Amino acid sequence: MGKLLKIAVRNLLRYKRRTLLTTSLITLGVVFVLVFVSVTGSFKRLMIAQNTDSMLGHLQVHRKGYVASIDNLPLNLNLKAGAIGRLEKVLDAQSEIAAYSPRIKFGAMFSTFVETTNIRLNGIDPEREFQTVSLLPGRVLEGDKTLARGDIWIPELLARGMKVKIGDTVVIVATNQDGSVNGKQFKVAGVLESVSGPGGRDGYITIEDAAEVLRMEGMEISEVAIRLHDFGRLGVVSERLTGLLEQELNQQEKPIFELHTWEKLSPFYNIARMIDVMTFFMKLMLIAIVLVSIMNVMIMAVYERIREIGTIAAIGTPPGRILSLFLLEGLSLGVAGAILGNIVGALIIFVLNASHITYDFGRQKDLLLQVSLDPVDVFVLSVIVIIIAVVASLQPAFKASRMEPIKALRHV
Amino acid sequence: MQLIVAENVHKTYQVGEVQINALKGVSFAIEPGAFVSFVGPSGSGKTTLLNLIGCLDKPSEGKLTVAGVDVSSLDRRQGAAFRGEKLGFIFQDFNLIPVLTVYENIEYPLLMVQDVPARQRSERVLALLEAVGMSEQKDKFPGQISGGQKQRVAVARALVTNPALVLADEPTANLDHATAYQVIELMKRMRDSFGTTFIFSTHDPKIVGEAETIFTLEDGRLVDTQVKGEVNHG
Ligand SMILES: Nc1ncnc2c1ncn2[C@@H]1O[C@H](COP(=O)(O)OP(=O)(O)OP(=O)(O)O)[C@@H](O)[C@H]1O
Ligand SMILES: [Mg+2]
Repeated sequence: MGKLLKIAVRNLLRYKRRTLLTTSLITLGVVFVLVFVSVTGSFKRLMIAQNTDSMLGHLQVHRKGYVASIDNLPLNLNLKAGAIGRLEKVLDAQSEIAAYSPRIKFGAMFSTFVETTNIRLNGIDPEREFQTVSLLPGRVLEGDKTLARGDIWIPELLARGMKVKIGDTVVIVATNQDGSVNGKQFKVAGVLESVSGPGGRDGYITIEDAAEVLRMEGMEISEVAIRLHDFGRLGVVSERLTGLLEQELNQQEKPIFELHTWEKLSPFYNIARMIDVMTFFMKLMLIAIVLVSIMNVMIMAVYERIREIGTIAAIGTPPGRILSLFLLEGLSLGVAGAILGNIVGALIIFVLNASHITYDFGRQKDLLLQVSLDPVDVFVLSVIVIIIAVVASLQPAFKASRMEPIKALRHV
Repeated sequence: MQLIVAENVHKTYQVGEVQINALKGVSFAIEPGAFVSFVGPSGSGKTTLLNLIGCLDKPSEGKLTVAGVDVSSLDRRQGAAFRGEKLGFIFQDFNLIPVLTVYENIEYPLLMVQDVPARQRSERVLALLEAVGMSEQKDKFPGQISGGQKQRVAVARALVTNPALVLADEPTANLDHATAYQVIELMKRMRDSFGTTFIFSTHDPKIVGEAETIFTLEDGRLVDTQVKGEVNHG
């Protein structure tokens, strides 16, 4: 192998300019894909994290049918005490669940005594909520990062539009399930940064206050948001949980619960999918570049060296060795391109991060572009390039190994 | 026992509709350690015959035995193995591998064809560099040495595996007279030291004179066999 590699590398160096051109082309392809994958991947992760870590959680459980009418926050589809107990029993048994947080969600009137508008509210247990969606406290732009009874956090746009400041008293008026209207005074304790995605412009109060406003008699919740230890295991865990929850039946022998992953709950999942599709096509293009450029070089290499091939074949070099010799040439080109591409790509990413580029996402301005280089991407790209390099050399190398020595020697 | 036995060997090439009878029934025998030349006008079949003896091609008819092996019986892979084991080749255009040094070119058959261990390899290569007088040039590349020197390296490469037979098709055609003569002398000296059989073809009458057995081909037939004096080989 070493001896073949030596000859292969020397043959590549024999046509320096051509080798340089091909390697540059592959390098360029790898750089483009690596930077693209890293930038979009980082953007995707940020987007997903924003959705899952500030609002949705990784998974949500509702009473069956809730999500279909989630836009009007139906109070009659809340989970009652018995069901909550059964759900908690299932969730508590799962070691992969890091935290879960029960919420009461409802629509209400928000009044400053001067003006009135509507608001979507989440009644939460602050401690459990922060464990489940850890970015939530970080969204508090003004005021306290703790939410006590009698406090309300309101979204930034509402605060600005209604000219509400921290410490102001507001009234929340809501209609409960039975149709009776109730109001309660709250102190504005925090103003929340708006984020893009479902629930990004909701207000927050404690779950006890929510139950009070809605005059709930027993314990009721609208949804449970769940956070996993390992987001990468989402698919596996959601499948297992779905199975477990389907066994929880009501008196009519119908399932009580429904489980959704963030993907089903956020429109951003489609953007994430689109990024994946674009990445896939970028990789296809890279494959095409590597395939065509290496095949081209290797066909040339075999053609130019026909007499040389005839010579080594005549003196008894086994056909398999001749095949390996040319495969190694293609492989070396691929390896060189992959290594250079990854180095240059990493440098570009480093420069991108160092130059503090900012961008806007929805209502959020000046997000810092933080590109991280995923070793998995580097590995996958390198493997793709190297495999394709070998595949591209197969036909020319095979042709070289099958050459008739006499014909090859006569070739001018 | 004879090293090579040809019995009524025919070779026919099919070019489109036309059949070319390059060899039309050639029979001869060559004994081990012989220093043989095939001569004849252009197109008489010298290259064709050398290719057959070199197991690079197969006779259309007749029987050709080289070192006890019927060349018709070898498939591609066996042919390559047989050539690597038993034969050495010297070419008209030297055909050294341009990316390898003089030393590496001579080493090539040991390394890539025979898988000889490193120690023995270097001993053997150094001995042959010495024998062909190219020790000083061992680290040069083929592009940096003269034609005569290249052919001397080629002789060393052909001999490095200690073959029974070295085949050389017009080994001196690209060399000036004096150099050509030196190369043939070198080949003869190698035959004397190693007992290797040499078969070469040539147009050059002066070079022909150096051979001990001269077969003359004409139009695919053996028309004359000349054996010079006492052949004495160790
Ligand atoms: N591959 C081939 N296909 C068709 N015809 C061939 C082939 N090789 C040789 N011939 C023909 O066979 C005959 C013998 O050719 P060969 O090359 O053996 O002659 P030669 O004695 O070596 O000639 P030269 O001195 O010119 O090298 C010629 O008529 C030649 O045209
Ligand atoms: Mg010829």
